[in-house]
Amino acid sequence: MTVYAFHGGIHPPENKLQSTLLPVAQANLPSHLIIPVLQHIGMAADPVVKVGDLVLKGQVIAEPVGRISAAIHAPSSGRIIDISQQPVPHASGLEAECIVIETDGAETWCEYEGLEDYTQIPPHKLIDFIRSKGIAGMGGAGFPTDVKLHLGDDHIVNTLIINAAECEPYITADDMLMRTDPEAIIGGIEVIAHLLKPHHILIGIEDNKPEAIAALNRAAEASALQIDIQVVPTKYPSGGERQLIQLLTNIEVPSGKIPADVGIVCQNVGTTAAIYEAVTTGRPLISRIVTLTGDALAQPQNYRTLLGTPFTTLLEQAGVDQQRLSKLIMGGPMMGVPVTSPHIPVIKTTNCIIATTVEEMPAPPPAQACIRCGLCEQACPAQLLPQQLYWFSKGKEFEKARQHNLFDCIECGACAYVCPSNIPLVQYYRFAKSELRNEELEQRRADHARARFEARQERLEREAAEKAEKRKQRAIEAAAAQAARKKAQQQAQAETATENSSAASSNEAEVKALKVAAAVARTKLSKAEKALKSARDKGLDGVDKLEATVAQLSAKADEAQAAYDKSLNANNSSLEIAKSDAKCDANQDNSPDTQAQEQSAEELDMKALKQQVSIMRTKLKKAKASDPESSEIASLESRLAEASATLKAAEDKQIERAAAEGIDLKQLKIDAALAKAAVTKLERAAKAAQNDNERETLEAQLPQKREEADQLAKKLARFE
Amino acid sequence: MPLRLSSPHVTRNNSTAGVMQKVVLAMVPGIAALTLLFGWGTLIQVLLCVSFGLLFEAAAVRLRKQNLSFYLSDYSAVVTALLLAVAIPPTAPYWVAIVGMLVAILFGKQVYGGLGNNPFNPAMVAYALLLVSFPVQMTNWVLPGETLASATQTLSLIFGGATSTGLGIDGLTGATPLDLLRNRGGVTTSEVWSGAELSAIASAYQYVALAWLAGGLALLYLKVFTWHTPISMILSLLVLSALFYGYDPDNYLDPLSHLTLGATMLGAFFIATDPVSSATSTRGKLVFGAGIGALVFVIRTWGNYPDAIAFAVLLMNLSAPLIDQYTQPRTYGHKGIRKGPRGEE
Repeated sequence: MTVYAFHGGIHPPENKLQSTLLPVAQANLPSHLIIPVLQHIGMAADPVVKVGDLVLKGQVIAEPVGRISAAIHAPSSGRIIDISQQPVPHASGLEAECIVIETDGAETWCEYEGLEDYTQIPPHKLIDFIRSKGIAGMGGAGFPTDVKLHLGDDHIVNTLIINAAECEPYITADDMLMRTDPEAIIGGIEVIAHLLKPHHILIGIEDNKPEAIAALNRAAEASALQIDIQVVPTKYPSGGERQLIQLLTNIEVPSGKIPADVGIVCQNVGTTAAIYEAVTTGRPLISRIVTLTGDALAQPQNYRTLLGTPFTTLLEQAGVDQQRLSKLIMGGPMMGVPVTSPHIPVIKTTNCIIATTVEEMPAPPPAQACIRCGLCEQACPAQLLPQQLYWFSKGKEFEKARQHNLFDCIECGACAYVCPSNIPLVQYYRFAKSELRNEELEQRRADHARARFEARQERLEREAAEKAEKRKQRAIEAAAAQAARKKAQQQAQAETATENSSAASSNEAEVKALKVAAAVARTKLSKAEKALKSARDKGLDGVDKLEATVAQLSAKADEAQAAYDKSLNANNSSLEIAKSDAKCDANQDNSPDTQAQEQSAEELDMKALKQQVSIMRTKLKKAKASDPESSEIASLESRLAEASATLKAAEDKQIERAAAEGIDLKQLKIDAALAKAAVTKLERAAKAAQNDNERETLEAQLPQKREEADQLAKKLARFE
Repeated sequence: MPLRLSSPHVTRNNSTAGVMQKVVLAMVPGIAALTLLFGWGTLIQVLLCVSFGLLFEAAAVRLRKQNLSFYLSDYSAVVTALLLAVAIPPTAPYWVAIVGMLVAILFGKQVYGGLGNNPFNPAMVAYALLLVSFPVQMTNWVLPGETLASATQTLSLIFGGATSTGLGIDGLTGATPLDLLRNRGGVTTSEVWSGAELSAIASAYQYVALAWLAGGLALLYLKVFTWHTPISMILSLLVLSALFYGYDPDNYLDPLSHLTLGATMLGAFFIATDPVSSATSTRGKLVFGAGIGALVFVIRTWGNYPDAIAFAVLLMNLSAPLIDQYTQPRTYGHKGIRKGPRGEE
């Protein structure tokens, strides 16, 4: 298999030999274990124990919360003495929630059971089992392993890459793990491969670990799987996920995407071994190998440490010289975090503690001006322009920095390592990134506030509109009531035409409302009657109920109709009075307003009358059909006659009026109808035209014809 | 001192001063060649330039109320002084060097904010100003050869205007090869070459060019700069001159002369590679170097001056931000090279 290359990279002095001279030792059991509930990416775990509880080694003390989370287990038996904010290993130096266990020294295990054959249980159950054992990425990031293993659900995993590179100087934890327990690593690979089913399995390891390579080779031969152990040249940062992928497969993970999107899943060797242990023995993740190194120690060495062990325990065991100790770094020298207090605990992602002196890692000289030499650009594995990012970060032009792909920086520190002016480049980039993130957060908050404000405005407007609507309704009702009262007083009191007209117009609105109500009641009645008929025909049950409903509805319909008729008559009479008044006034005042009102009143008159007549007719027909002997029929007939007479009178009046204006209403009606027909005919002909020329000529005639038809229709409308 | 809390906690043992010192050391062969072939003048100019350069730098740092030793210890003033010292004629009066250094340090660098902020190469700014303001003093070059003036003679020439023996400048000075080739009238290039004047002095200049080349290659080996700028400059000059020479050998200078006569080698390895004023990315440096080479050819052939390094470099310094905008490297995980200023890919 070929090894490719990634851009840039540096070769800092390795300083790994000193911590591999002695074998892995067992760390002392501290008196107190401080276990943060957040040792991984995602939501902090939720404690399930209380202060005072006695816990056994390996017992669950915090459950995962949400999808991206991990469980926490008691690393040793003892008593919970505190659940509170304690200093935790974080660059900020802030405190976080921790569960503090006072160890009893007995190290009594709880009940645990591994899976006999993990291939026999459903994959999801297996992943849940791994989740319950608290496995998270131990390479440094702490991503919950079960989430990563679920990637096989919706991604096709082509390649599984096991990251055994350990490229940072000083750190040898993975190296010693590979030397001492390679079978666990291969076993873990088999578990992962069973879940993700990759086509290729690669282990990427640097060439400065010959013993580890040999051990892995031996263990891999025993496995049934085809595992390729690929040795890569020692260069920092070849252990970076994206760089390792490029080294082994020459694939670049697109910016903003995860390796699974290109079919690759990466896992650290430590995590792999922990998976194997959890699956086969059932023991959760409660300890890890930590490298203790640095010149301030009597003997650098690797220690198998319980999680939650304070740094002080390890430092004492390694023989730290407090006088010479100048700096304590958690992690490696290139990406590690300087810690101020040694009372912080070891967590799942602590791979190294460097206790250094001033001679070993002197304080860097003050930064000089950037001379744009370009060494940083040559070293950057992400192929960025660090000097430009520096200029923009320094000048606080954060948007330009983002455009130069600031967020693709993996903060490996290679640029700052090579800088001849000793500029703390990574610090500038972290500052710029946090400023940009804060800006984004502010922007999101502002957007959210604006959305809420707009929703509130809308709600207020809506409520105001509803109130106005209600007010209008009440006004209408009040007006209707008033109109009824007025109608009663009409005979007695003399009123002006405008008042009457306005009363009439408000009456009109009321009449319309009543008409609608009557129509609705009728529809309901007809529906119920239909249902009744079908029930009767089919011989279904509940016919009596339906009959009762029908009777009810018909009564209601009659009521509504009566109300409508009454109002109509009232309207008519008020209209008549208004008309007569208007006419009187008209003799003195022929203003178009009154005329128009008169006409519109008459229009309404005509329509209403016509409707009334048709309603009467239908009612009569129905009544006759249902019960020819009913007494109602007589009253209905008389009413019908009345209405018809009124209608005829109105129609005659119309023709008279038209004649007064010199228009033959009948002829006008015929003309309007003809014009309309002509337009329709022309349209049809144009549609069916054989060629474009014909169609165009026909369409050219259309506007004129339409105009004519419109005019006639308008004229006619005045009399309808 | 600000607290350094961020990783990384180790750095490589190189520094800006170290870079500058290497450049100074690499210039020693060239200066030595100049002194051997052209007399003491160069050394005296070097001393003048360096002392006044440091003086002006100290004054500027004091004016800005900054730490003197911190800002003087980065050797950048020394490098600028050396570059200017080899660019002006060896027997130029003392005030030429002083004015030059004043301009270089104060107006070429300090007004912009000191080292790292200057858009132009400070030595070239000074040279261009001197050339335009004092054309006579800046074009009186010394003839190489055995008849060199002694140290005392040169000193009195520089500080007094005339040698102690009363010899005027004319006895010592003559034209440079590029001068001769330029102002040849209707004579063809090969005829100039076969003439006595040019062949007498050409080899001296070629030795100097060789010395600069040696120093430049040493710097390349020490990774003080990458190969992009010098190689692209030389190549572009080579290609252009070869084209024109191939087309019309009588009226155009041959490529080898372009490379060895004049300040081409000095410019390629010591002037064009000044990191502060050149393009940022390696791709940009290629364009930058090629531009300088092309401009050198153009100005030498059709321009007003026999040698064109200074102007070519200054013009490309002007274009460096534009070059930067369009030559950003492709970032890992991104598809294309950013084309526009707003980040369109």
